[in-house]
Parts: sequence; structure tokens; C-alpha cells
Amino acid sequence: MKRFFKRAINDIKENRFLTAITVVTIALSILIASAFALFFVNAGDLLTQWQKGIRMMVYLKPSTSEAARLDTKFRLQSIAGVQEAVYISKEEAMDRLKGQMPNHSALLENLKENPLPDAFEVTLQAAARDSAELQFLSERIQTLTAVEEVEYGRQWIQRFTNIINLFSIAGYGIGALFFMATVFIVANTIRLVLYSRRDEIEIMRLVGATDRFIKIPFYLEGMIQGGLGTLIGLAVLYVGYFSLSSHFQPSLASGLLTLRFFPATICLLIIVSGTLVGWLGCWISLKQFLK
Amino acid sequence: MIQTNSDAIIRLFHIHKRYGKSFALKDVTLDISKNEFLFVTGRSGAGKTTLLKLLYLGEPVSEGQVLIDGMNLSRIGRSRIPLLRRKFGIIFQDYKLIPTKTVYENVALVLEAAGRKPRLIDKKVRSVLRTVGMEDRMSALPQSLSGGEQQRVAVARAAVGDPKIILADEPTGSLDEEAAGIIMDYLDAFHARGTTVIVATHDKALLQRSTSRVVHLRDGQLWSNESA
Repeated sequence: MKRFFKRAINDIKENRFLTAITVVTIALSILIASAFALFFVNAGDLLTQWQKGIRMMVYLKPSTSEAARLDTKFRLQSIAGVQEAVYISKEEAMDRLKGQMPNHSALLENLKENPLPDAFEVTLQAAARDSAELQFLSERIQTLTAVEEVEYGRQWIQRFTNIINLFSIAGYGIGALFFMATVFIVANTIRLVLYSRRDEIEIMRLVGATDRFIKIPFYLEGMIQGGLGTLIGLAVLYVGYFSLSSHFQPSLASGLLTLRFFPATICLLIIVSGTLVGWLGCWISLKQFLK
Repeated sequence: MIQTNSDAIIRLFHIHKRYGKSFALKDVTLDISKNEFLFVTGRSGAGKTTLLKLLYLGEPVSEGQVLIDGMNLSRIGRSRIPLLRRKFGIIFQDYKLIPTKTVYENVALVLEAAGRKPRLIDKKVRSVLRTVGMEDRMSALPQSLSGGEQQRVAVARAAVGDPKIILADEPTGSLDEEAAGIIMDYLDAFHARGTTVIVATHDKALLQRSTSRVVHLRDGQLWSNESA
């Protein structure tokens, strides 16, 4: 194996230009595909973070009695998925509104009657925070007698989920395209190398070299090119990520969102995938060339 | 059914080789004995190179059977072709040296391909390069060598694996008389050690210096089969 590895390194040195083209191509493909993946990872984090803050506002009917209110609270808390139900009287709601709109407090002061309803602010367990579960819970709560209306920003959650889903599908599609393009480019680059060395390969065969003896160094070359290209692509992505995150992190930190890079295991997985892409490109070329 | 001839290392039995509709070889039957030195002569296009190619499966036969050291080439699997070729040392008119490899590496390739150990490879390569007088040029690349030197490297490469048969296709075709004489001396030396040597040539001067058997090809047919 050491001998094959030495031959592969020598071949890479002798074909520096073609090797450089392959490595740069793989690096660019990995960079673009990984940039998409990184975006999805952080967008996913954002969604999760945002979902943690989801509250459901359960507005009560104006004529709800104290007993009915207590009964409603009891019923709310007994529903699976509900973490807590905090009562907010309409006076308290008005105070909050005034606090949130200090410049318009005079306007609110002039109201003859408090138009806000009594309500429960319902916090949810993690399992109940996805769009379908929220919809189900909302419909369930709506059936309670004292409940006038349930509000939880359904449209926003639905839209955000749809956007993430759309991006995920696009991401898989783009990832698959980049994978195929990279394999195709590697295969063609290796084919160029094979054509430039067809006399050498022919001579090897004439002196009794097996296909294995000829192929192994090419496989190693492909894997080295794949691994190296992936490392470079990831390194460039990290530099880009680092400069972007240091620029945007202070403003994002106030929203409790922290940008993050891929964990080490994912980086390793990407490097292994890139190496395999190099191998696969080589395999395709050799299969056709040594027919 | 081919009758066995215990002395023959190569047997060609009613061989035909076609390229499209034209015949390169027609009904060639020939036995070559172990440790024989054989010349195959004929004009350019007579089928000499094709005949040699059929022996190491550089080309498949169209009809007929070829037996090499007991191996029937019409029944040989792809995976066994390298084993067949290791029975041969092949010398080409255009040398066929790998330009990016040194003299040493070109010769060592044969043993590396056969999976020999590095220490043995080093010993044998140095020894054979010493034999052909190229020990001092081991690190040189082929393009820095003269034609005669390149052909000596090709001879070394053909001999390094101790093949049973050496095939030489116009080995002196592009060499001057002195260089050609040196190459033929090496081939004689390998023959003297027990190797079967087959030389395809149209150079009549080579035939005059030898008493070996000569087979003559004309338009793809075996025309005469005689001692020189």
C-alpha cells in the first residue's frame, strides 16, 4: 500500500495543473453546498428558538364569571401539551399595553371603557410547538365554553414553516445537483489524466501489470483530491462564517440567537463525503477507460 | 484438437487475423521450441508485428488457436492476461519507455507490477542495467538518452523479469550498425541463458550474423520456414 501511495503522490506532482483544477472544483462545490447546509442549520435554530417563545392567548367571553374562569384554567392545564396557563385580567392587559405604548398612553387613558378581554396566557410544552400540534390545541381550547377566541400567530408560524420546508427541499435538490456535478467534474478530470497517460497505462499493461496495480494509485489520487478539496472548501466557509458571525452576532445576541458552525462530527462527515466523491469520480472514469 | 509437442513453448495452429475484410495473417501454423532463437522476417505490412501481438494478446486472433507455455489463449480470462504477459519480455522498435520515469523506474516497473519485494527489485534492476551497460544512467529520463541507449533500457526492461520468451519487434530498426550489433549481442546472451527469443525484422544484415531459424511472412502468410 505504501508503494501505491508513493505512486499516487508522484502522479499528483507530475500532474499538478489537472490536480489543482480538480481540487479547486471540489472545494467550490463543497463550499456552496456546505454554505447552504450551514444556512439551514442556523435557520433551523432560529425556528426552534422562536418556537420556544410561542405563547397562546386564550381570550375569554366578556361575561365569564369567576367560577367559570377558574374552571377554564383547570381545564386548560389538564390539556396535554399545555405547560402553564397564567390569567391576565383585562386591567393587567391594559397596563401592559400602556407599558408597550408609552407615547400613546394618553390615548388609552381617554378610553371610556377597557375594550380588552380577560385572557389566559398559555405556555406550551416543547412537543406541542409545531404547526399541526398548535392547530390541534387551538381547536381543542376553542371548544371550552368560556373561551371567545384563541390567538397564536398561526399564519406566521405556518409561513415560516413553509419557507423552511421550501428551503430544505431546495437544499436537498441543490445538494444532489452539486454532488452529481462534482462527481462528473472529478470523473472528467481523472479521464483527462488517464488520456494524458494512456501510453504509460498501455506500457504497464504490456509488462504484465494487473488492472488493480494500475487503478489503486488513481483511486488514491481521487480520494486525496476529494479530501483536500473538501478541507479547503470547509476552511473557506469557516473564514466566511467567522467574519459574518463576528459582524452580526452582537445584534443577533439580543434576540437570543447564536450563529454556529457545523459540529466536528458533521465536518468529519463532509470531509469523508468529499473523499468518497473523489473516489467515485475516479471509479467512473477508470471503469470506462480500462474496459 | 492440437497435438502436444513437449518441446514447443509457442504453438500457432491455423491462425487467421482479420481487420474488417482484410487479412493481416492467413492460416499461419508454427511451433517455436523452448530456448529457440527465431527470426520472423518480411516486408513492412507482411504481418510480423501482428504475429507478435497475437502471442501476448495485444490483439485477439480471429480464427485458430495459440498456445503459450501450455496456456490456450482462446480460453484465457481477462484476469489471467497479466500472468501471460509476465512470461514475455517485449522490446519495441519505438522503445515504449515511460517519459516521466527514470531509467531505473522504467525497468523496475516490470517487477513492481509482478508484486516483487523492493529489495529484490533493487538488486535485479541494478544487475540488469549493469549487464546492458546502463548502470551509470539509472537516474536519467528517457529523452536524455540516445536511441541506442533507450533500446538498451528497453532490453533491460524486457529481461529483468526473467521471462521465458523475449519478443523483439524491429529492435534495431532505428539504430546504427554498431548499436544494432550491441542489442543483438544482448539478445544472444539472454538466449544463451535459456530464454526463447523471437525477433521480428526486415533487416537482412541481422539474419546474416546468425544461424538461427528464420520464418518469412508475405502478405500475412507463412512463406518459408528455414534455418538461416
